[in-house]
Amino acid sequence: MLEEPLRRRFIDLLGPQGFRDDEQTRVSYGYDATPMYRSRPIGVVFPESTSQVSEIMKICSEHRIPVVTRGAGSNLCAGTVPGQGELVMVMTRMNRLLELDRENLTATVQPGLNTKAFHEEVERHGLFYPPDPGSMVICTMGGNIALGSGGLRGLKYGTTKDYVLGLEAVLPNGDVIRTGGKLVKDVAGYDLTRLLVGSGGTLAVITEATLKLVPKPPFRLAMVAVYGDLYGAARSVSSIIAARIIPCTLEFMDQATIRVVEDFAKVGLPAEAAAILAIEQDGEEEQVRRDLNLIAQICRNEGAMEVRVAERPEEGEKIMAARRSALAALSRLRPTTILEDATVPRSKIADMVMAIQSIARKHDVQICTFGHAGDGNLHPTALADARDAEEMKRVELAFEDIFEEAIRLGGTITGEHGVGVVKAPYLEWKAGAAGVELMKRIKAAFDPHNLLNPGKMFAETRKRVVIRR
Amino acid sequence: MNAANLKAHAGEAGAKTAAGRLEQALRLTLDEDELVRCMRCGFCQSACPTFLVTGLEAASPRGRIALMKAAYDGFMAADSAFVDQMELCLGCRACEPACPAGVQYGRLIEQTREAIAAARKPPLRARLMGKVLMEGVIARHGTMRWAGRALRFYQRSGLRTAARKLGVLRVLPPHVRELEASLPDASGRGVIREWLRRGLPARWETDAQGRRLLVVPAEGQRVARVGMFRGCVMDVLFLSTNVNTVRLLRAAGFEVVIPERQKCCGALHAHAGNGGTARGLAADNAAVFRDADVDWVVSNAGGCGAFLKEYDHVLHGTPAADEGAWLASRVKDVSELLAEQGRPLRLANSGPLVATCQDSCHLRNVMRVQRQPRELLKSVPGLTLREMREADLCCGSAGIYNVLQPEMSTALLDRKMENVKDADAEVVVTANPGCLLQMRWGIHRAGLEGRVKAVHLVDLLAERLE
Repeated sequence: MLEEPLRRRFIDLLGPQGFRDDEQTRVSYGYDATPMYRSRPIGVVFPESTSQVSEIMKICSEHRIPVVTRGAGSNLCAGTVPGQGELVMVMTRMNRLLELDRENLTATVQPGLNTKAFHEEVERHGLFYPPDPGSMVICTMGGNIALGSGGLRGLKYGTTKDYVLGLEAVLPNGDVIRTGGKLVKDVAGYDLTRLLVGSGGTLAVITEATLKLVPKPPFRLAMVAVYGDLYGAARSVSSIIAARIIPCTLEFMDQATIRVVEDFAKVGLPAEAAAILAIEQDGEEEQVRRDLNLIAQICRNEGAMEVRVAERPEEGEKIMAARRSALAALSRLRPTTILEDATVPRSKIADMVMAIQSIARKHDVQICTFGHAGDGNLHPTALADARDAEEMKRVELAFEDIFEEAIRLGGTITGEHGVGVVKAPYLEWKAGAAGVELMKRIKAAFDPHNLLNPGKMFAETRKRVVIRR
Repeated sequence: MNAANLKAHAGEAGAKTAAGRLEQALRLTLDEDELVRCMRCGFCQSACPTFLVTGLEAASPRGRIALMKAAYDGFMAADSAFVDQMELCLGCRACEPACPAGVQYGRLIEQTREAIAAARKPPLRARLMGKVLMEGVIARHGTMRWAGRALRFYQRSGLRTAARKLGVLRVLPPHVRELEASLPDASGRGVIREWLRRGLPARWETDAQGRRLLVVPAEGQRVARVGMFRGCVMDVLFLSTNVNTVRLLRAAGFEVVIPERQKCCGALHAHAGNGGTARGLAADNAAVFRDADVDWVVSNAGGCGAFLKEYDHVLHGTPAADEGAWLASRVKDVSELLAEQGRPLRLANSGPLVATCQDSCHLRNVMRVQRQPRELLKSVPGLTLREMREADLCCGSAGIYNVLQPEMSTALLDRKMENVKDADAEVVVTANPGCLLQMRWGIHRAGLEGRVKAVHLVDLLAERLE
């Protein structure tokens, strides 16, 4: 518990609704969407303005109280689970869309704004903000920026990092900085905007963001291609890109996932299929239809057993809904669902999926793989029971092998979930010792007393095991 | 586990404090597999009324499950704040359709409330409501109708006018006073006597156990034989809606059977943590309807229908399990039968009307009926259906929640009435008595009387029956 004079200061600053440290509040802000992590902060603050955030940081800095900033708590890397003695700062009361600038095609938002609500508001004005993380019904823009969220549309449109033009952020000592702006071009000094995107709340507290918008595509349509072998699906992905067509989504499901999804959603997916691609294109109707017909041709040439192009947008919706139900279907099978995001260059998709399947067999773990084939971002998903320690050990070992393999293929340990606590032991595998050392020096420059989200990003590195194949 | 057993376990050594007793009770009632099934993705939060109002994690389904699990694991004390948080839940179950992992939140909250009831003394207000209303009145149809007659006497005799003039009602909390004002005229007759009193076509049958069934013949070719679940609140406060339900079903080709010995569904008892009484009522109802030899059991109250639909779970592991499973598989809302199985109703055009729909939570989230009431409304000549925002959000009625949790209930109701105003409809259509009363109270609170009316779907349709 915080000492009384400190509690008093927070209550004076934020009001009785803005500071809570009862047991129930502490327990309920001690977790996020990451399985198996649970803790208890010393208190929870709910700031309503940048100046309150700045004042909170001044108090915390003076008394060396570590702070975890969080939005909806939907991340999958334990990036917002507090450690011992930490204060949680909840940003959801700063949730306004401050400005929609139609001349500059930008939006300025507070960090607590819900991503889906932002999408809807922007689209009402004929504009479009492409990043669409799977948790968009609840997640916040601030969380998306802090963890550099991706989504289904990454292939054509990029991810959150490609849309943040400027930020306002509070440093650990309470200073307020502004980076970037409504500018397409800006090379004044280091690109602090890019540095803060994906920094996981370890460098500064984001209090405002200016985002790039694009015109809303007028039409969208989807199709599905079914394969008897994995490599046919993988070759199709490469051939589609080689034909200079960039679909807005290009999603993949392996056999294990297909069977589970079919059991759950009953949409007529053939159980004998080894892989399925669900593809969506957006743009002018004529162009969309032309692209999909071309893609259909390519898929057939690459050996697809069956290709179905939706006639109308609603049919396409059904196809994409089946893909989106993958996680729902998988999570019903076993009590604990662990969703990872190992990512490889898209030319290596088939190799990666095959490797995951053999790793799953090696460790006797049930792993289903689906994901964003177009950008190489896979979601190997382990189904287990957290109450079985021995099984969880096998899951951990399997994921270590998967990270190792992803890096060997030129990929990364995390494509869109972030490092947080979960991936910290593996960061050095990807970034190298010198890289991690530099990151630590950057962290120290921003946060000399290690007050912002300590214990995340950096941890003792896991020994690499040599994979025998 | 029955209440006496639970109490005995909860009272064992080592649980001297109230929180300790509750933690022990929770370890007995909570289904651990269901608890760990929650993967904490948080998708439930955007559907949860109490989270939308408070913005607090603990007041969301994910938060409440985390608290239940923390108390279950001994990670935190199940103190009075824990109990308050569990009681703040409306039990609307909007989180269930939103959950990708299919967590049965409704069962978890019910199990938690059962543990609370066993381990703690609930506050006086809840205890009085619970004891008198649940066991003494609602569980007994005769007493319920007697209460109906008493209420009717109060409303008709001039006592109500006198009470209002003398200001006697001022001793009641303001929200109860307002509720009193929006109560419809009560009746003690019940649908069976009313139907016979009106001299409408019907005959008596007896089932194999010698229980009497009132059978109302179908108009024209018979489509199916359906058993009518009359409900307790419906049969007293909304008698005409029950009569209209029978009229509509007949017109659509259904033979309607009303078993005389049916009881309250038990939903209110279960939601209040009184599982034992609920199971007893469920077993009686399941037997009565099974012996009535019907194709479907029809309900016109979302709250009752949803609980009947869960009789398989309620009666699981009891001698009445088979009957419970049978009833659960046979229950339909009246709108489902009319929209999907009956002959299309011939409805008159009584002029242009703009209507909006307020989903009954349990009809939508448990029975998963959302489309059929809207289809029926669209089939009404002259009627325009204009959806309001958040039609799927609870109105704050939630059984007796509006009496027990006035603050949250009115916050939700006021939010609802803003959406009603924005929709600019003349009629708000609901499919559950609690929602209907709450909507009428909301219209009164918002000063919309004379401009907006709240009606049950069945009454709106029956009024236009040719």
